[in-house]
Parts: sequence; structure tokens; C-alpha cells
Amino acid sequence: MATFDTISGREIKPFYTAGDLPNPNGSDGAPGVPGVPGAFPFTRGIHADMYRGRLWTMRQFAGFGSAEDTNQRFRFLLDKGQTGLSVAFDMPTLMGLDSDDPRARGEVGRLGVAIDCAADMQRLFDSIDLARVSTSMTINAPAPILMAFYLVAAERQGIAWDKLGGTLQNDTLKEFHAQNEFVFPPEPSVRLAVDVIEFCARHAPRWHPVSISGYHIREAGSTAGQELAFTLIDGIEYVERALQRGLKIDDFAPRLSFFFNAHNEFFEEIAKFRAARRIWARRMRDHYGAKNEASWRLRFHAQTAGCSLQAQQPGVNLIRVAYQAMAAVLGGCQSLHTNSMDETLSLPTEESVTLALRTQQVLAHETGVTSTADPLGGSYYVEALTDELEKEAETYFARIAEMGGVVRCVESGYFRREIASAAARYQREVESRKRVIVGVNDFIEPPQPIPTHKADPSVEPGQIERLRTLKAQRDPAKVAAALDRIRASAAGSQNLMPAFIDAARLEVTVGEMMSALADVLGRYKQTAGWW
Amino acid sequence: MTDRPIRVVLAKLGLDGHDRGIRVVARVLRDAGMEVIYTGLWQTARHVARAVADEDADTVGISLLSGAHLTLVPDLIDALRAEGVGHVPVVIGGIVPDGDVPVLEKMGVARVLGPGTTLERIVGSFRELAAASRAGQRR
Repeated sequence: MATFDTISGREIKPFYTAGDLPNPNGSDGAPGVPGVPGAFPFTRGIHADMYRGRLWTMRQFAGFGSAEDTNQRFRFLLDKGQTGLSVAFDMPTLMGLDSDDPRARGEVGRLGVAIDCAADMQRLFDSIDLARVSTSMTINAPAPILMAFYLVAAERQGIAWDKLGGTLQNDTLKEFHAQNEFVFPPEPSVRLAVDVIEFCARHAPRWHPVSISGYHIREAGSTAGQELAFTLIDGIEYVERALQRGLKIDDFAPRLSFFFNAHNEFFEEIAKFRAARRIWARRMRDHYGAKNEASWRLRFHAQTAGCSLQAQQPGVNLIRVAYQAMAAVLGGCQSLHTNSMDETLSLPTEESVTLALRTQQVLAHETGVTSTADPLGGSYYVEALTDELEKEAETYFARIAEMGGVVRCVESGYFRREIASAAARYQREVESRKRVIVGVNDFIEPPQPIPTHKADPSVEPGQIERLRTLKAQRDPAKVAAALDRIRASAAGSQNLMPAFIDAARLEVTVGEMMSALADVLGRYKQTAGWW
Repeated sequence: MTDRPIRVVLAKLGLDGHDRGIRVVARVLRDAGMEVIYTGLWQTARHVARAVADEDADTVGISLLSGAHLTLVPDLIDALRAEGVGHVPVVIGGIVPDGDVPVLEKMGVARVLGPGTTLERIVGSFRELAAASRAGQRR
């Protein structure tokens, strides 16, 4: 039986009219008029000419095996017309462990690329000009250290830091809510994130030092409204902490960036992106007094919903991804990753990642959706949904403030419980076939295996060998001094970036630096209230 | 010990943090009347085996989406034996390529429940395996 509520549980009316239009006296413009693209509050997009001026960046997340393997995949993607790079690190790197750590066994180079030190980062970008390419790095707890590796790799290519363009995910708050790659307790985690924001504002002004992410929150099972609210409140938390450091809002707000999920529920997703821009613009201008218009504009990367992909009839995933990608574009994204059809089974093959990229190219060049900004602006339905999502987010903001703020809510497990309840509700709806999933609970066919990417078993021993050789060639006294300096900076309140960069120049590894940090900052254990 | 509720240890093995699935499974098994001990993230084989022994579990469910199953599952099987609980059936959930399923079964895994497995089938599997394991214990 068909359902008329969204996958997030929002009830949908049979039709919408002018009576559903939001903000009859709002600041968007005249009653019922949603304003124009490129103007405050940017509901309709951050540029007046939108994709006519410049297409979104087509940026496929990639990484596996050794630095050489991934370097090869990067060059393959650039050859196929991709316009930005996005690094997937392996689990040990994401958790700040070296490849030779016993806890890394079986996981080196498996879900991403193994990077232990600045020399690895240098090999990752061999023959790729870091002054010309824009690079996104999905890394969080050890983000400042991987950023230091990147800065040193650029230095070794002879490129000044102020020429570097790209994004560091560096959003540790959502690790606690959803993604589970946290290492340090919440307070020092936020401090490290803000260290990068502060450092980049001064030394790498074209770099986006944080990508405040809802993607993972949604993947963990949240609703669209939770994704929107929890992401923006995390962003506000980083802003507050940066202001407490003495930074001025307009010194760093223009370089903040966001990362959202593009899920199945077409119109609700578009409305979510529009609401995000409006909420952020109002906060930045009206609450924080930002004067620079660039501070008001919420820029975001979108990725199609990995959790919507199915192992059954994988070819159908191409269709899901295409619709989700269209929602991201109609919602005004600045960059986009389209998932590959085989990603529920393994990392993508070259063939499937090419099709995913081609999906974006068809959207950009064949469908005509790029010809005008915010083509759905003024739709009774989309405007009403945008307004509803904004209100839902504001309700969450108030509740989180009442409960003592973001860090308190992390510690109490509030975010995790909210998300887990939504995930369980959704799963029950699939189970009861209230929600039809093609190929899973309806339209079922016998399995037809497809070729998948195979991990190379020689990667792990090879990486461990290389790391051991490297460690043996260093001056142990210098390494120890660099680690002592990290401990001393961590114990004080200085920005840690200079200590990380100096250590990276000496090929001190991510595992060594993380463990020095943990000596001072401690490691975070999950608490019982988290389930 | 008749009619004692089924006791299940659930764990994430290795570094992989994808826990949406295992937490849904934990809720559903609990709703089905089982006692669920979820060990949380980043468990080593030895930790899991100790939990199975300490909790007197009837079955153990492991979630792995990291692709590290062929390294970590044999470690777990060895650790269960070392703790004297080698008879406790092991269920693996998550992402396991089809070709690896018989390999895991040969290692001693009782069941591999891949993506798309219904919650009903998951509950049923834990029930059957617990019953078989108890019957085996009584013999």
C-alpha cells in the first residue's frame, strides 16, 4: 500500500496551495515570495547565476591500497573529466593508528588508502599539481595531523600554502553522533578542530578547514530534519569556539563548508538544502553580526545516500543515485559525489565509478536542470517543506540549548539515541513493507553476481615494511623532541598545528603523534547511555 | 535453566565504526525477548571471547563492514576456543562477498547474514542457533 509520509515520517498533503506558502511577512521578500537566488537569505542558492556561472565540482571519493594505487585512481578520474579530488583513508589512518599497529591488522589499505607519514602523502599526489587541483580529505580525529602532512607535501612540491584549495573534513562532533571515528574526549576534539580553523585563517586562506557534516548522521539513520538540525548546531558550536579564541566572525566564516546527504525523498531533500542556507545566513548576519556576505553563504558538498544502495539487483542503484544527484543539484550543491552501484558489495570498480561520474555529467550537460537557478523556487510544496524543515531545526536547537548545549548532549548520548530511534523506526517500516524497496521487499529476483573490486593482499605487508624502513632511518632524538613538543603544546593552550607540521617534516607518523596527544588529552570511552 | 531467556553477545570487531545495523539488531532481539549484551565498538577477538564466556552467552553476533573478516574471524574462533566457549555459534552480519561465505563457514561460522536479511530471519536464526547450542550442551 502506498504511503503518504516521507521516509523521515513527515506527513504530506494531497496538494499544496498559496495558503501553504511560508513566511507571509518574513524577510524573504513580499508575502509568499521566496526572494531571489544570490541574495540574503540565499534560500534559492548562493549565486544569482548558479550553474550558468560555474558547474558544481564533480568529486568522487576514492582511496584504496597504497599511496601509489590511489594516485593511479586519482589520475584515472582526472582523465575521465573529474574536477576535484577526494581522499578516502583506510580505517587505521582514520583512527590515527600506524599501519604496523596490531589493532590495524587486516584493515591496512582496505577501505581507503594507508597514509602513515608526510612521505606517504607526497607519493599520494605524485605528478598532481597541488596548486591546481582542489583536494578534499575525509579525516577527523587525526585531521590536524593529516593536514600537516598535506602542507608538508605541498612544501616539497614547492607550492606556497596560500595557493592550496580544498577541504579538510575535520568535523569531530559528528563522529560522536554517528560516524564513530572519535579518539579524544569531546572538548579536546573540538579544540583540535578549531586549531585547524584558526591556523588556516592565517596561513592557508583558500582552504576550507572544516566540512560540517550531516552526511554520516543521515547514514546512521537520522531523519532529514535531524540531519539538518544536528549539522547546523555543530557548525554553530565551532563558530562559538572560534569566537572564544578571539577570531572575528568574518575572518573564518567564509571558509566554513558543509556536507549533506542526498537521499531518496526527492522534494524533502531539496527543501533541506534550501532550509540549511536560510538558517545559516540568518544566524551569521543577525546573530553573529557578520558583515561579509561570504560569511552568510552556506556552501555544501553533497553525496548520494550510501545507505539507500542495495546489494540486491545492484544495477538499480544507478537509478537511485541519479535521482538523488538531481535532488542535490536542484538543491544548489557546490560539489557532488555520486555513489557507485557496487558499493554495498565492495569498493567500486573503475567501470562502476566511471558510470557514477557519467551520471553527474549527464545531469550537467544533457538534462537542462542547470540552465536556471533554483527551478523549484516558488513551488507551493517545496516552499512549504523548506519552511517546515527550518521550524523543525529551530525546535531542535532550542531543545539542545535547554539540555546544556552540544557537548553536553554528546556526553549524554542524546544525539545517538535520537538517531537510533529513527533508524529503528525506518527498519520496521521496511520490514512491514510499509516502505517498498525495489529488489529487497518487492520486485525480487534471483541474485545475479557482478564483478567487484578485490583487495590486494600484498598491500598490508608492503606498507608495514615501508613504514619500518622509514622509522629506522629517522633520528630518534629528533623524533622524541618533536613528540615532546606536541605533548607540551597539548598540555598548554597553544595552537597545535606548528608542532604537527614540524613533526611531519621529520616523518613523525600519525600513530606516534596521536599517541603523544592521547598521553595528554586522554582517550574517549563510549558510555552506557549511548545505546 | 529451563526457559532462561536466550542470551546474545553482539560485537563490532576491529576498527570499523558502522554500527547502524548492529544497533537495530540489538533492539529487535531485545524486543523478541532475548537478553542482549552489546559490547560496543572496536572490540578485539579476545575481548569478545571473554564477554561470551563471562555472560554465558548462547550465541554471539559479529558485525563487520570493513572487509577484514578473513583476518579477524579466525582470530575470534581461536579466542572462543581458548576461553572454553568454542561451542557457542557465531553469526556474522555486514558486508561479506559471496565467495567468502563458504570460507567463513569452513572456519566454523554458523551463519552469515548479509545485507537485505529480514529482521524476522535474524531473530529466527538466533533462536534456532541458541536452541541447538543448548541441546548440544545438555547432551
